Formats: sequence, C-alpha cells, structure tokens
Amino acid sequence: MTSSATTGTPLLEIDDLAIAYRTGDHDQRVVHGVSFRIEPGEVVALVGESGSGKTTTAQAVLGLLAGNGRVERGAIRLNGTDIAHWPQRRLDTIRGAVVSLIPQDPGSSLNPVRTIGAQLAEVFQLHKRGDRKAIQAKVLDLLTRVGLTPAEMRARQYPHELSGGMKQRVLIAIAVALNPALIVADEPTSALDVTVQRRILDLIDELRRENGTAVLLVTHDLGVAADRADRLVVLQGGRIQEQGPVKEVLAAPRSAYTRRLLSDAPSLNKPRLQRVAPGVDKDFAIVVEGLTQDFPVAGGGAKSFRALDGVSFKVRRGSTHAIVGESGSGKTTAVRSVVGFLKPTAGRIVIDGVDLTTLKGEALRQFRKRIQLVYQNPYGSLDPKQTVYRIIEEPLLNFEPIPAADRDRKVRDMMRRVGLPEGFLGRHPRALSGGQRQRVAIARALVLDPRVLVLDEAVSALDVTVQAQILALLDELQKALGLTYLFVSHDLAVVQQISDTVSVMHKGRQVDGGAIETVFVRPDSDYTRELIDAIPGRNMLVLASPAISLQG
Amino acid sequence: MSSRETSESELGVLDEGSGELRPSWATRLRRVPISLALSWFVVAVVLTWAAIPPFFTGYSGTEGVPGEQLRAPSLEHVLGTDGLGRDVYARIVYGARHSLTGAFVAVTVGLLLGTLLGLVAGSRGGWLDAVIMRLVDSLLAVPSLLLSLSIIVLLGFGTINVAIAVGAVAVARFARLARSEVMRVRRSEYVEAAFGSGGTFWAVLWRHVLPNSLTSVIALAALQFGSAILAISTLGFLGYGAPPPTPEWGLLIAEGRNYLSRAWWLTAAPGIVVVLVVLAVDRISKSIQRTAP
Repeated sequence: MTSSATTGTPLLEIDDLAIAYRTGDHDQRVVHGVSFRIEPGEVVALVGESGSGKTTTAQAVLGLLAGNGRVERGAIRLNGTDIAHWPQRRLDTIRGAVVSLIPQDPGSSLNPVRTIGAQLAEVFQLHKRGDRKAIQAKVLDLLTRVGLTPAEMRARQYPHELSGGMKQRVLIAIAVALNPALIVADEPTSALDVTVQRRILDLIDELRRENGTAVLLVTHDLGVAADRADRLVVLQGGRIQEQGPVKEVLAAPRSAYTRRLLSDAPSLNKPRLQRVAPGVDKDFAIVVEGLTQDFPVAGGGAKSFRALDGVSFKVRRGSTHAIVGESGSGKTTAVRSVVGFLKPTAGRIVIDGVDLTTLKGEALRQFRKRIQLVYQNPYGSLDPKQTVYRIIEEPLLNFEPIPAADRDRKVRDMMRRVGLPEGFLGRHPRALSGGQRQRVAIARALVLDPRVLVLDEAVSALDVTVQAQILALLDELQKALGLTYLFVSHDLAVVQQISDTVSVMHKGRQVDGGAIETVFVRPDSDYTRELIDAIPGRNMLVLASPAISLQG
Repeated sequence: MSSRETSESELGVLDEGSGELRPSWATRLRRVPISLALSWFVVAVVLTWAAIPPFFTGYSGTEGVPGEQLRAPSLEHVLGTDGLGRDVYARIVYGARHSLTGAFVAVTVGLLLGTLLGLVAGSRGGWLDAVIMRLVDSLLAVPSLLLSLSIIVLLGFGTINVAIAVGAVAVARFARLARSEVMRVRRSEYVEAAFGSGGTFWAVLWRHVLPNSLTSVIALAALQFGSAILAISTLGFLGYGAPPPTPEWGLLIAEGRNYLSRAWWLTAAPGIVVVLVVLAVDRISKSIQRTAP
C-alpha cells in the first residue's frame, strides 16, 4: 500500500468537513464544511492565519484531534475509504504506514530520554517490519538519507545533542520511514532559521520526489507555500476562501482575503514603508563601538564564550537601524547590551549622547527613560495579573511623581496613539489577541517619551496581517514622535520594509553593514547572500508581479 | 489608523476577548463540585462553632454533670458523655476555638516568616540565598515532631506556644515554595520589562513578583492548616498542649484513651471531627492550587 494505484480516486478527499471543539457546555465549531482533495504525489498547501482551522483540519486527517474535538459531519476519504469515524486502534494501523506526520515543534516532539536510533526503530517495531538486525540497517539507511551522518554516531545520540534543524531531520526520517502515501507537514519549519528552513524544505521535496509521496503542507507562510506547493488551499475562520493551482491563485487571486494576505506578506519587492529624510550627518542617536561580550562557560573555569566580537554601528536620529541574523548570531545579546541589561566586556555604547557603559545604579535607572524595549513575545512580557491601564501607567510611577489626573490623561492618550479602544483599559492581557497585546507593550514603552525604541523581534510572533498593521503603526509613531528605532529581526523581508540601515550578524560578528539598499543589492559577504537567497516566496514574487525580478 | 482597526475586527481578532467574559455568579456556583461545596460547609460549621459555641449546645464544655458519667450516645447527649459527666459534643464544639486558633496562629507564623525568607532568598540571590536555604534545609532535616517538642520545651507549655512550635516547622516548607515561585516569576520577561522601564527593586518586588508568586503559597497555607490541626492535636495528645480541662481536640482524644474498651465515642467522635476538617481543608487547598498559573 505504498501509493494509490487506482486512477480517478484521489489519495485524500476531504468532503464537507465540519469540526467542533467542546468548551464548557457548548460546541464551538472551528471548521465549517471544508472540501479539498490531494492526488498521489501532489503537494497541497493549507494556508491561513492562526485560528483559521488549518491545524485542526490536518489533525483530523491523522485522527489526532484533541480530546474535546469532534468531526461533526463530512468525510475524510483515504484512497476512497472514509476514516473520519474510525476508532483510534484502527487508525493506528494506517498512521505511519499510509499517512504520517512531521510535527511543528522539533524541540518537544522527540522523547528526551531515548536515543535517536531507538526512536526511529520504534516505527518499524510498531508496524512489525523485520527483525532487530534488519531494522537496525533500515534505521542507519534512513539517517543517511535525511543527511544525518555519520549515521552510526547519530543513532546513538540523544535529542539534546542535536540542533533544531537536525531534530527536524529525525522527525522527517520517522515520517518517511514506512514510505507512506501521504505526509502531513504541520508548519515543519516555522521554528527554524531561514537557511535551515530552506535545507529542510529541500529535503522534504527530494524525499517526496524519490518516493512519489503526496504532502499536505500546513503553513502560515504564503512564501513557503508558493515555493513548494502545487496547489493552494486558503483557509480563513474555518472556511475555504479559495483553492487552485499555486500559479493561478497567486497571479489572479479571486477572494479579497487572499489578496490581503498577498499584500500583507512581507517580501523583498515591497515598497519601503518610509523614506526618512537623512538628518544632519553627525546627529546620531545610537553609537556602538567595538562592542564585545564574553560569557563564562558553565563548568569551564576561566574559559569564556565570546557572544559578540567587536560590533560597531551608528544610527541617525529619527531613522531605523536593523540587526539581522539567525539564532545564535548574537543579535539578542547586542540588544540587551544596548538597553543596559548587560555590562559589555569591552566597547562603548552611546545613547542620545550618554555613554551607557559608565552608568550604574540610580544613574542607570534614570537613563532608562530614554531607551525602551519591546519584546518578541507579548504573552510573556505583560504581567498577567495587571490590567492594561496598570501596565501602561506603571513606568510613570517609577520617576518623579506625576499627579493622578496627568497620568490618567497620558495613559488614555497612549491608548489612542496605538489604536486601542479605551474600553480595553480594564482588561487583563489574557483577554486580548497577540496583536492587541503587542500594541499594549508598545504603549508601555512609549509612555515615558523615550528617544530610542528597541524592538526585539517585535512582530515575529504575529500573523502577517497583524504584522503589517503593527509595522504601519510603528512607522506612524516614528514620524509623529521622531523616534529612533533599533529593529532586531531574523526576517529580512520585514527588515527591508522598515529599515534605513542594517547590520548583518553571524556568529557574534558583524559581517555586513550599511544602507539597506547597498547591503541587500550588493552584499559584501557570502553569508548575507545566502541569507537573502533563503528567503521563501521567490516564486510568489515572480508569479504575483512578473515585471519585477529579484536578481540584483 | 481607524481603517486598520476595522480590518482587525473583521478577522475576528478583536472578538477573541469577548468569549472570555466572566460567566454570571449563578452559573459559576452551579459548576462548583459537590465535594468542594461540602468541604466549605464543614469548614463553615467548625468556624461558627469556634465563634459562638453556646449557640450549638446547652451544655458546658468544662463542667460535668454528676451521675451522668460515661453515657453512650443518646438523644440527650448526642455523642455521649465522658468520665466526669461532660457532654462530648459540647466539648468538641468548645474545643473548636482552641484547635482552630492554634492552627491559624501556626499557619500565620509559617506563612509570614517562610514567605519573607523565600522572597529574600529568591529575589536577592547570592550568598544570602545560600545561607537562608541551608538553614531551611537543616530545619527540614530534623523530624518535625522532634523539632516541635524542642521548641515547646524552650517556650513552655500552652496552646499558643504549641501553635508557634508547629508554625516554626512549617517555615521551611513555605520558604522553599516561595523561593521557587519567586525565581520563576523573576525570570519572566514582564519582570525584566518592569526593571527596564525604571522600576526599583522594591517596586518590582511589590507590583509583580509578590502577586504572581502568592497563589501557590496561599494554596500551601490552606494545606498546612489541615496539617497544623493534626500536629496540634498530636502534641495535645502527648500532653504538651493546653492543660486539662481545656477541651482541645487532641486532648479529648488522649483523655478518651483510658476508656477505649468501655466508651469508644470518647475517642471516635473528636477523631472523626479532626479527620473531616483536615480532609475538607485539603480539598479547598486543591481548588486554590488549580487557579494558579
């Protein structure tokens, strides 16, 4: 049963599928009559924002709905057989063998106390394929095929000894082990850096071509879908907005929602949000010179790890400087030094004319008024016990006493500026969406009237439409308040849209830097070139706007 | 800006919060499990015993009636009488005040002292943390009964001294829990953000660390309340608590011991009351724990 031999019957046919979750006393329907099909060997991308029902649909295909989830109506036909109401035990016989899953989070999808080899072997044992020796040979072969070499060594390693990309390779190996007819890949690369993402997607592509496996690719990233899929299914609010061949959907989207997704998706050919008139040449809000940061290695005695090595950049007042790089490149360390949470080992950081590295104690605390940080994750950076009002008001309580009436006015003024209704002031963060929380975080950062705002991956956790809204808000605030931004991101497309200058970081060093046009069109380093090449969505650009060519 | 906002609400994002509106009191009350409701009932009854004992019984808690010795439970004496003709039910009702006050004092001592130590250790760190936690470890290393006994020997006998001794034993537990909660909260981004917006150490501690780490500590307090009743009763039973004729629950059980073969109700009745109260408090503690993040 390796591939569908029948002609005419699709491999997977989802017909008018409706799924509801039971919460409390009532059913909340999240998928409303979704229908689509996947032919053998085809890649179909299920695209949508969070809450669109794409993951729920994918889970239903595998029979892995959460305990309170239920298929209300419709059919899931695999090779013509409806499996929507099969009991779990019966589904066990096809899971792994006919349909398999590449899960989203490689960090938590592997058993931390068993070796990679044992976890791979388990797939064969569960489906009773061969004796111990034969299984061992198959495991080594699989590890080699997914590029984990030397296979003998990798088989003996534990998950914590592997990087995120390598763990994802193990999960892919588990998914393809029994040559299934269909692989469901649920955001397989969302947690990975772009260069790793490209290699992983290439690997899935390659294995798919070798075996003629069909792939249901669940993703929020239209760029990834455009590059890798044959057909697109666009979901919103549990309903299909549009489906069809990738080329047709991108070249001539029929639904308004798809058009908005396309226009909100950050990409390299987008016009920049802003053109800041270059101020006086010597007027720098941030000057970083030779910033070096060492961390002691745990258990390493006097040894230390150099996270930052001689990083220098200058940011003109009222402009935006971006720091880009992959995880481990040192960009977060750089930011933490610039806002004064870390004492640099060497180097100078001058913010608004004040050398931050010489400050400590009360002077450092007073200095914090001038520079504020907005975090990546608005779920962790707001105190769950405080109301929105208390959150925004708090910074005002830390300095010279301000009369309550003035504070109240400032808080309400800030709410208006970030585009939140005053009715939200009494709410707790848990009653807000991700985008709304990030607006609250921005309001808290701006209430002290700082000169510099540091944004640490501040839009990375948000859906593209919300992301576009927050970027527009930041742009508006910069113009209105004359703010200087230090914008940290791994997403070059977003960076290109909002920044004037950029530093590209790699392994603690700045490998490229300068005006955004220069760096993106004529990168100095191979690394920057690789980073730009790895950005997904090339296909989308070519198809959606054939006149513009990316090759610079 | 306004057009941006409407687009967000079109996506259904703005409406996300409305689903979390608090249900009405009536619906919330109906969702309370029966065991939890019963537990609150038991605690409420015992608390009113402690507050207004004469309301529940016409008999005295300390004065016996001559000629009424060792009567089995009957309509006249619901739980029988003891060797001096005192009504057992009356003694349990009057004893509630002694036992509960003791437990309350014990928990308060443990909660305040333990949370303070844990808060200081967790938020200051460094050598102070090391010193405090080693002290706490040595407290935990000594068997709790032995520790209580030594403290009572130092302080002298009596209900309040017993309570303080029991509370001192609980200090170690509270300190450990408070410290781990404080460390968890301190690592969170909102605490760093509070420092980043110019918050002083004490302001951040008061506004963020304390409120966010207290839920678990309060759940432990409820749990310790049950253990404290047991511990105080144990010490009363051993004769280290209130002197007779105080109707303390542990003492009641101890006094009944001599009559165990002839008058089972002397030990069984107060014993069952202690068990019920401890179970009820444990159940309530568990429900508080569940609301913790």
